[in-house]
Amino acid sequence: MIECNNLSKHFSQFVAVDNLSFTANKGEVLGFLGPNGAGKSTTMKMITGFLQPTSGDVKVCGIDLFDNPIGLKAKIGYLPEGAPSYDEMRVCDFLKFIAQMRCIDSNLIDTKVDEIVDRINLSQVYYQRIETLSKGFKRRVGLAQAIIHDPEVLVLDEPTDGLDPNQKHDVRELITSMAIDKTIIISTHILEEVHAVCDRAIIIADGKIVADNTPAELENMSKYHNAVTFSADIDFSLLDEFKKMSCVRDVKYNKKFKKTTIFPSQGVYIFDEVSDFLKQHKISVTRLTMEAGRLDEVFRNITLENDVMEVAK
Amino acid sequence: MSPKLAVIKRELQGYFSTPIAYVFIVIFLILSGVFAFYLGGLYERGQADLSPFFNFHPWLYLFLVPAVSMRMWSEERRSGNIELLMTLPVKQSDLVLGKFLAAWVFVTIALTFTFPIWISVNYLGNPDNGLILASYIGSLLLAGSFLAIGSCISVASKNQVIAFIITAVICFIFLLAGLPMVLDFFNSWLPQVLVDSIASTSFLTHYASINKGVLDLGDIVYFAMVIAVWLYATSVVLDMKKAD
Repeated sequence: MIECNNLSKHFSQFVAVDNLSFTANKGEVLGFLGPNGAGKSTTMKMITGFLQPTSGDVKVCGIDLFDNPIGLKAKIGYLPEGAPSYDEMRVCDFLKFIAQMRCIDSNLIDTKVDEIVDRINLSQVYYQRIETLSKGFKRRVGLAQAIIHDPEVLVLDEPTDGLDPNQKHDVRELITSMAIDKTIIISTHILEEVHAVCDRAIIIADGKIVADNTPAELENMSKYHNAVTFSADIDFSLLDEFKKMSCVRDVKYNKKFKKTTIFPSQGVYIFDEVSDFLKQHKISVTRLTMEAGRLDEVFRNITLENDVMEVAK
Repeated sequence: MSPKLAVIKRELQGYFSTPIAYVFIVIFLILSGVFAFYLGGLYERGQADLSPFFNFHPWLYLFLVPAVSMRMWSEERRSGNIELLMTLPVKQSDLVLGKFLAAWVFVTIALTFTFPIWISVNYLGNPDNGLILASYIGSLLLAGSFLAIGSCISVASKNQVIAFIITAVICFIFLLAGLPMVLDFFNSWLPQVLVDSIASTSFLTHYASINKGVLDLGDIVYFAMVIAVWLYATSVVLDMKKAD
């Protein structure tokens, strides 16, 4: 469990994190979203005890950062941004080193390392120097060092950044598989990831929380929530008829793909209406879909809104 | 294994897994031999002692020790590893001390490889082996002081070249503090007490007195304090700079 209360971090004049409060519970995967430079990494660095907060407090599993920083660090597994590690070391030596630093009993180190190597699929690079590894393997080594002591809390800073789709999938599977008995915070700016792994998403902009919802709730905020899209040759006059429907807010036509998108007024379900309308007018449709909502659009709206507010101040 | 030991072991492996260790040891051995025999006239003097050998150590260390210390922290900061290291449940003092001790052990290993010169003088004559032991200890203390300075500068700069140059300059100042050319500069505008205290901070004076075979507690305490102060400074600068 992670509790942050009124957490702030100032770098001389610059406010990186501004009065952040949130709680993440056991069994929860919390996603930190936000544009680059929003304060995601800085927040994570404070939770993991790397940076001293300017004000506010952090508690991990009931241990206060100020009272017992070492006890707090022992509870956390942390993958810093870019998964740094010692390039000149071999994978096995590096993992053993981390295990020693984590004060794992020396009789258990070998079994622990073997266990992790199996779990993260590192056996083929076990004796390789880290500098010779591909990006995907380096990231896996980073993950391996973060979970070697089976921590209660995992903090992962952009765990899938720069990986190919298969590797991303593997990492997400791994995160989901660990989520049951851990508290996990991941930061990302890849929105599909939120769907794939997070139970809850916090959007941060300019060091402040601008949204704290489940991914589905975030999608509901989208203009595209329940919007219906179909592909068909359609007469433009019909588009105007769509606009006249009371439940329709807007209609958009994409000439290139012959795609029409009908936006409902606030959250109304219009799929039936649209399909009835199309049947009535005997329009043959090659595709008809309803959207859940677009996170990227919500993300842009929320974070840019905040920018505008900042300027207005 | 305690975390401090783990750090020492890893750092030492780090030295020997890159060419740094071998280059350092080879250059150190060649130069210390060249200096002792050609500049110091170890052989021509016809005396069975190693003072020509030890007299050149400060100058050798002046550019070799900063080469060892420069990557101690700056590399960690540049690669981002510092974040990994400092979020492990380990006391900061263990990290600072562990890294320093590893570098010191490394220099000790290099110094141990000079044993043939000790065997040679014993073969050629009857040197005062107590004096030689004292000189080895003095040499190690001097190297330790340079390393402690280097550790602090290495934490302050992400750039290894800058760390190297600044460490060398600071070590140079500390070496020369007791020489007339430095003291004359201060004599004109500082009170005598301060000039004396500057003179007493000279590494060279303390090193020379150990080299005479007088293993005075004062000299050892002096070097121990220099090391302690600079390592403490390392810790302070680390807190200030780790986030940059």
